[in-house]
Amino acid sequence: MNNFAYQQVGKAKDATAILREDKQAAFIAGGTTLLDLMKTNIEQHSQLVDINLLPFKGIEQTSDGLRIGALERMSDVGENRLVLEQYPAISESLLLAASPQLRNMASIGGNLLQRTRCGYFRDVAFPCNKREPGSGCPAQKGDNRNLAILGVSDSCIANSNPGDLAVALVALDAVLTLENAKGKQRRVPLTNFYLLPGNTPHKETVLEPGELIVAVTVPTAAHARRSMYLKVRERTSYAYALASAAVGLDVQGGQIRSARVALGGVGAQPWRSLEAEKILTGAPATEATFRAAAAAALQGAQPREHNGYKVELAKNTLVRALFDLTAKV
Amino acid sequence: MTNDSFTDQPGAAPDDGSRRSFMKQAGGILGLALTPPFVSQAERLTALSRKVQGVSEMRLKVNGTVRVINAEPRVTLLDALREYLDLTGSKKGCDLGQCGACTVLVDGRRINSCLTLAVMNQGREITTIEGLAKGDDLHPMQAAFVKHDGFQCGYCTPGQILSGVACVNEGHATSDAQTREWMSGNLCRCGAYPNIVAAVREVQQKGGGKA
Amino acid sequence: MNEPNFFESPGAGGSVGQPLDRVDGHDKVTGKARYSAEFPLPGLTYGVLRTSEIAKGKITSIDTTAATKEPGVIAVLTHLNLPKLAQTPNTPEGKKAIGAPMGFLPLTSDEIHYAGQPVALIVADTFERATHAASLVRVQYQAAQPIASFLDAKAEIFDPLKVQDGKTPGHTRRGDPQAALAASAVKLKATYNHAINHHNPMEPGATTAHWEAADRLTVYESTQGVTRTQTALSQMLGLPREQVRVVTKYIGGGFGCKGSCWPHTPLTVQAAKAVGRPVKLVLTRPQMFTSMGHREDQTQTLTLGATKEGKLTALIHEKTSTTSPWDNYAEPNSRIINLLYECPNFEAKYELARANVMTSTFTRAPGEAPGSFAIECLMDDLAYQLGIDPIQLRLLNYAEKDPSTGKPWSSKSLKQCYARGAELFGWSKRNPKNGLTRDGRHLVGLGMATASYPVHNSQGTARVRLYADGHAVVQSGATDLGTGTYTVMTQVAADSLGLPVDKIRFELGDTRLPTAPNSGGSVAAGTVSSSIYMAAQDVWQKLTKLAIQDKRSPLFRAKPEDVINEKGRLVLRKDKAKGEDFAVLMKRIELTDIEGTGNGKYGAGYESGMAASPADSGHKDDTAGHSMHSFGAHFCEVRVDPELGTVRVSRWVSVHAAGRILNAKTARSQIIGGSIFGIGNALMEATHRDDTFARYTNATLADYHIPVNADIPEMTVEFIEEHDPYINAMGVKGIGEISMVGVAAAVANAVFHATGKRVRDLPITPDKILSAGVAS
Repeated sequence: MNNFAYQQVGKAKDATAILREDKQAAFIAGGTTLLDLMKTNIEQHSQLVDINLLPFKGIEQTSDGLRIGALERMSDVGENRLVLEQYPAISESLLLAASPQLRNMASIGGNLLQRTRCGYFRDVAFPCNKREPGSGCPAQKGDNRNLAILGVSDSCIANSNPGDLAVALVALDAVLTLENAKGKQRRVPLTNFYLLPGNTPHKETVLEPGELIVAVTVPTAAHARRSMYLKVRERTSYAYALASAAVGLDVQGGQIRSARVALGGVGAQPWRSLEAEKILTGAPATEATFRAAAAAALQGAQPREHNGYKVELAKNTLVRALFDLTAKV
Repeated sequence: MTNDSFTDQPGAAPDDGSRRSFMKQAGGILGLALTPPFVSQAERLTALSRKVQGVSEMRLKVNGTVRVINAEPRVTLLDALREYLDLTGSKKGCDLGQCGACTVLVDGRRINSCLTLAVMNQGREITTIEGLAKGDDLHPMQAAFVKHDGFQCGYCTPGQILSGVACVNEGHATSDAQTREWMSGNLCRCGAYPNIVAAVREVQQKGGGKA
Repeated sequence: MNEPNFFESPGAGGSVGQPLDRVDGHDKVTGKARYSAEFPLPGLTYGVLRTSEIAKGKITSIDTTAATKEPGVIAVLTHLNLPKLAQTPNTPEGKKAIGAPMGFLPLTSDEIHYAGQPVALIVADTFERATHAASLVRVQYQAAQPIASFLDAKAEIFDPLKVQDGKTPGHTRRGDPQAALAASAVKLKATYNHAINHHNPMEPGATTAHWEAADRLTVYESTQGVTRTQTALSQMLGLPREQVRVVTKYIGGGFGCKGSCWPHTPLTVQAAKAVGRPVKLVLTRPQMFTSMGHREDQTQTLTLGATKEGKLTALIHEKTSTTSPWDNYAEPNSRIINLLYECPNFEAKYELARANVMTSTFTRAPGEAPGSFAIECLMDDLAYQLGIDPIQLRLLNYAEKDPSTGKPWSSKSLKQCYARGAELFGWSKRNPKNGLTRDGRHLVGLGMATASYPVHNSQGTARVRLYADGHAVVQSGATDLGTGTYTVMTQVAADSLGLPVDKIRFELGDTRLPTAPNSGGSVAAGTVSSSIYMAAQDVWQKLTKLAIQDKRSPLFRAKPEDVINEKGRLVLRKDKAKGEDFAVLMKRIELTDIEGTGNGKYGAGYESGMAASPADSGHKDDTAGHSMHSFGAHFCEVRVDPELGTVRVSRWVSVHAAGRILNAKTARSQIIGGSIFGIGNALMEATHRDDTFARYTNATLADYHIPVNADIPEMTVEFIEEHDPYINAMGVKGIGEISMVGVAAAVANAVFHATGKRVRDLPITPDKILSAGVAS
C-alpha cells in the first residue's frame, strides 16, 4: 500500500469535504474491501477518511420500511431479529456471505461497494477495461468460468458486485440514501445504483465523488416477509456464489399475488428479473410457473466458452428457491 | 492503569527519524490528546480528527496492556502485532482476509487483523492468542484443542482458537453443523476440522469460557 | 536383516502407540511456537519480491529510481546488481550439485521464462515500505508469446525417456500388454484430466537470512528439510557445509512444496549479503502460486483388459503433462498402477511438453494420488460393467506379491483393511445399482478405493544423551510439519530408554543436530524413530560395557550379549532379577551423562544392510528382497444435488495398515488431514492458467478453494496392526502420503454410484455435474 494519510472524522460534512478537496482520498469503514484493493495495487489513495464515527447506524422499522444505517456491520444486520423475521432474504444473504470475522468488520455501505473477483481485474499484470479503460478484456476468451452471463458487454463480463446482500436488496426494492459534499441527501433505488458495463466498465455505480452511503431502506411487503436467499458455491462456505437467487413471494390460495426475483453470480450487476416476476405474478405457484419464470430470467444470457453452465445453474437455483419458499409456509 | 503504558522497543519501527509524522511536526497534538491511561470515545473523536501522516505514535491496548508503537497509518493491525510488538502468535496466511489465520478479538468480536489498520484500533480492547491463557492455566478452548488434537502444523491454530472462543460466546456452537459453518472462516490446510469441531463442542458443553 | 535391532513393543506403561497429546501442543495453542519469519533479529530488514508480469521474453530495462527514493528503502536488487553466486542450478551439473528442484534461478539474467518470476528484490526497514517500493520498480520487457500448457497448439509433446529428475523411467513394460489386450474379453479405456493443484500450506514460504560473519550464515527457513536446504545453500554460496546453519523449529505445513530449496531462499541470502543486515522475506499468498512448485496439469489415459470374470489381463497407462523450460518433471502416476493389482501385462509411457511455467514438484502422494484416481475409477467401471461388487473385484485381483517386481511383500494387510472398512461403513447395505438412492433432494452415493504408498529408501542419524539423574536429551535434525515428529520421537525415546516421556527433551530442526532426511515421501517417522532407537541401543551397549567391567556391578564379567535392558535396567537375559538401574551404575562410576548415536535405515537400506545415501534416493527402493508398501482403503458417502451440481461428502471411513503406529492420536489426525486434502483435490482445487498469458487467474485463497470446516463430516479412522521386521528398526511405514491416495477415486466412485454419471475431470465442480446431465 502507498503511504496514505489517515484521519477519523465525526461529521459527514467533514468527511465529504476532504474528498471534495482531495480527489485521491477515500472513505474507510470496515476496510475489508478497500484494504484488499489497496494491498493488491488495484487502488491507491492519498488519504483514508475513517467514517466509523458518523451516525449512520441503526436497524429499525420506519414508516418507509426497514432502515439500515450504512455503518452497521453485516453480522449485526444478519442476526437482527427484525431483519430475520420480516426480511429473511436479507438476513440469509448476509449470513451466507464471507466469514464470521469479515461479517463482523464489513459495513453495509462497504458491502454494496465491493468489486468483482474477476481474476483479470484482481491481478494488475493483466489488461482490464474496468481497471484501465481501453486496455482490453482477456476474460472474454479466457478464464470466464465464474463470470457473468447477463448484462455483459464486449468490454467486460465481470460480475461487478460479487456479493450476496446486493442481490437480496435489489430483489426487495431497496433504496439508498446518499449524501454529497454539499450535505445534500438523495434517494436512489438500488436497481438504479449499479451501472451496466457497456463501454465504460470502470463506472460501476452512480455514486458521485465524495458521496456517502447513509442508509438502506427496504419497503415492508408481504413478499419481503416471505423471502429467501439461496446460494450455490463450489465449497459449502466462505466462497462467492456461482449462482444465487433472492426471491420473495406473496402467495394466497395457491396464486402468486406479488413476486420479487433477483439473481447473483450471473449478472454484470446484481440482477433483478422483472421478466421472471411478470410471469410469476398472478400465476399459480407451481413448478411449471417457476420453470417459465426461470426461463424468462435467463432469456438474454450471453455465455462465453466456460460459463455456459451458469444458464442451467441459475435457472435451477431460481426454481429451487421458489420451490423452497413455497414449501416453507 | 496508569502504569501499564510503556514504550516498546522499536523492533521493526522505521529507521529514519526524518519522516516523523505530521503530528510530531505539528507539535505533538496526538501525543497530547492521547494522554494516558486511555482515551474515551469522545476524546478519541477530537484527537483523531487530526490527520496522521508518516510515522506516528500509536497506542494499542493488547491483552490488557497499553503498548506504544511508532508506525505509519498503512500498518495493519496484524503487522503491528507481529512486526512491531513481537506478538507473533497472530499469523499471516494470506494478508487478504481469505484464510482467518490472523483472527484476533477486538472488543470481544472476532475479526481478521490483516484487513484493519492499527491506527483504527486505538482505544479498543485487542485480545490475541498470547493473552488468552491466565498465567499457566490454559483457556478451556486452548486445552480442548490440545486434548482433541485440533491442529497439526499449528499455524492456523491461534486464529482457530480465538474464532472458537468467539463462536461459543456468540452462541453459534449449539450443534456440530452450526459449529462447522461458523468455524468456516478459518482455513486449516492440515485438515484438522473434525478435531476442531470436537474441541469447540467440548467447550460449548462445559459452558463456554469467556476470553 | 537386522532382526536383533527390531524394536519390541514395551509392556504395559509403554508410550509408543499411545494417544499422547502433542508435546509441542502447549506452545502451539499459546502462540509461543516460533515459525521461520518470527525470529526478531537485531537490525532485521524486510525483503519483498517484485515478480514478472509477462511469462516469456526479456527484460529490456529496470528503472529503480522511484523505488530507491522511497523512505526506508535500503536496496533494490536485480539481475544487474545481486551478488553473484558461486554456483547456480542453471546448468545440469549445478542443478544436481545443489539438489535444486528447478534448473533455473531468477535474477541471474534478463530472461523471463514464467509469469511470477522474480525480477527484483527490494529491501527496506519495514515491510510496508519494501512492499510499496516493489510496486514502484519500473520494468520494461520485450515480451514473446508464451506457451501455457501441453494443451497449447504450439506446445511440442516429447518423449522424455525419464521423468522426475531421472528417478522414474519414461517407459515401463511387463509382458505383452498389446497382445493381451487384444485377446481380452473385456476392454475399458478412459481418459482422466487433472487441474493444476497448489500445496498452499497455511504458512507461506519464509526465509530469514542472517550473515553472522562474512563467511558464516544462519537461515531460519520454512523447509521440510534443513539438511537439504543447507546442501543447496552451501553449494550455491561455495561455503563449507558447517558454515551454513539452517533452523526450522516450527513449520506451518508443507505438503511437498517446502521439500526443496526454491529460488526465494538464495535470493534472500544474497540480499542479506548485499545490505549487510539480516533480511526476512515472506512470500505473499499470490506469490506462493509461482514460487514453490505445484502439481502439474496432466491428462492420463488408462486402458484395461480383463476376462469376463473380472481378472485383469492388461493395463496400459499413458500420461501427458506440462513441464518447465528446463526440467523433465512429471509425477510418477504409473508406479501405483503397476503394482496395485495382479496383472501379468503392463505398460506405461510418459510424455511431456515444455511451457512457460515454473517446474512442478512433489505434492502430497506425488504420482500415487493421480495414478490411483485412474486405476481406482477404472476398476469401479469394470465392477459395474461386470456386475461385481467393487470390493469383490479388488479381491479377485488381489496381488499376493508385488506384480511390478515379483518380490514378496514385507507385509500387506489390505484384505483386513477392506473388511474392517466395509464393516465400519456399512458397505453391505449399499444398493449395488447406481443412481437409485435418494434422500430428499439429494442423490446419495457410496464409493470406495484402495490406497497404497511405497516405503522409500532413506536413512538418518540421531543422538541420545542420557543423564544419570534420569532425563535425556534426544536430537535429530528432522522437521515437524505438524505430523507429530516432536511427539512421536519423544515417545520412541522414552520407551527406548525406559524413561517417562516427561523426562525426554527431543530437539529437531537444526543442521547442528545429527542429520535426518527431509520430511517427505512418508519417510520421517520411520527413519527418525529408528535412528533414535538405534542411538538408545548404542547407549545401552556402552553402559553394558561399563557395567560388566565394574566389579561393583551385579553384571560384572557377564557377556555383553547376555545383557539386555528392560525399562531402564540392565539385566541378564536369563535372570532378569540380576542387574541394576542405569542411574545407579552411572552415579557409582561418577558418570554424569553418556551419549549414543544411531543410524536409522529405512526401506531397502535397512533390509540389505547397506548405507542408503542420499537419503531420498527413491529409485533404489527395489534393491531389497521385499517389496515394502503400506495399504489401505477409503470409503466415502456423497450427497449430490442434481439440479445445483453440488457434491458434499457426508460420511467417511479410512482403514490403513502402515506397520507400527507410533501415536494413535496424531496418526488419526494425519489420516483425516490427508483425506481432507484429497477431498479438496476431488471436489474443488484447481489453479487456472490463462491460455494466452500463461498466468494464473485465481492465485488467492478466495479463488483457489481448499476445503473449509463446513465441507467435512465426522470421519472414522482405524489402523490394522502390523508387525513388519523388514522395513526398519521400528517397523514404521509412514502415513503422510497414503492418507491421500485413492481419496479422489473414492469420492468420484461415490458420485458415480449416486448419479450413474462418471466424471473423470478433477475437480468435480458443479459445472461438471450439470454438464454430465445428472438432472435429466
